[in-house]
Amino acid sequence: MKKNGLLVLLAALLVIIPLWWARGSEFGGTDDQAEKAIQTLDPHYQPWFESIFTPPGGEVETLLFSLQAALGAGVIGYVVGLYKGRSERKNSHDSRV
Amino acid sequence: MKRAVRWSGMAALFVFYFLLTNENEAYAMHIMEGFLPVKWALFWWLLFLPFFVFGLRRLVHTLKQHPEHKLLMALAGAFTFVLSALKIPSVTGSSSHPTGIGFGSVLFGPWVMVVIGTVVLLFQALLLAHGGVTTLGANAMSMAIVGPFVAYGVYHLCRKGAVSNRAALFLAACLSDLATYVMTSLQLALAFPSPDGGVIASFLKFAGIFAITQVPLAVTEGIITVIVWNWLASYQASPLFKKEKGA
Repeated sequence: MKKNGLLVLLAALLVIIPLWWARGSEFGGTDDQAEKAIQTLDPHYQPWFESIFTPPGGEVETLLFSLQAALGAGVIGYVVGLYKGRSERKNSHDSRV
Repeated sequence: MKRAVRWSGMAALFVFYFLLTNENEAYAMHIMEGFLPVKWALFWWLLFLPFFVFGLRRLVHTLKQHPEHKLLMALAGAFTFVLSALKIPSVTGSSSHPTGIGFGSVLFGPWVMVVIGTVVLLFQALLLAHGGVTTLGANAMSMAIVGPFVAYGVYHLCRKGAVSNRAALFLAACLSDLATYVMTSLQLALAFPSPDGGVIASFLKFAGIFAITQVPLAVTEGIITVIVWNWLASYQASPLFKKEKGA
């Protein structure tokens, strides 16, 4: 488990380093930039289909992305917790017998 | 001693990578709605469908034979759900998200993740305007087909080559993440060949943007995958984690 702590630290560093390394940039991953790249390759290209539903504004989009992450994290927590409980119960049972 | 050499080698590689990249605004993630010409959108959809149908049958079959895998499968799905919601900054000054596909592919094989990956993509296309319905075939091809098969292949090749279980898992998750975006670059290059260099020039351009942004994220995904595996293995969650005994 100590190893896991180290791994978490490493993962966090990998996220934090870019913030410092590329400071000054906006870390966009937006559709705007994609549009530009394609338009330099093919200036006449017109997207022929629009998203069926677009979140009205950045805040709602953030909400939906957080919701996605929260739901996933909830399930992971539940399943891992369940297994932890099972293994603890089994261990205490084994030591009693 | 050996370990020290390995670590410093890895550190050197990383420093080299950081030096290579320079800040430029780039974009990443899935192909947006309407941004593949009709014939390519159709092409990827047609290629993707048989994989999905077969994957669905394999998923149902697996659950029938091993109902006890239900919980872990939910976990694998949730893992993909979380990781693909996290847009993480990269050294290129842009953000992208990992895929979380490797974990489930190593546990259950690639076919189950074809379905799970597609469900996640559909969710993002319908509710988040991230990716798209017309481009779902292409995006599923890269994230839900190439991703799982690369993870599965890398893991088993590594294990055959006597690589330890954790290292094999790390590499599988990492390379599957990267391969997804290489595939996306190829798809965009095929649809938008460069006027002067053709598909290859266009591919290098897209891959330069996508793949380089993705490298640190792929490493992060590899690490997170090992962390979750460690938890489950220490709680003896399933006989599936017995694999690690050989490590």
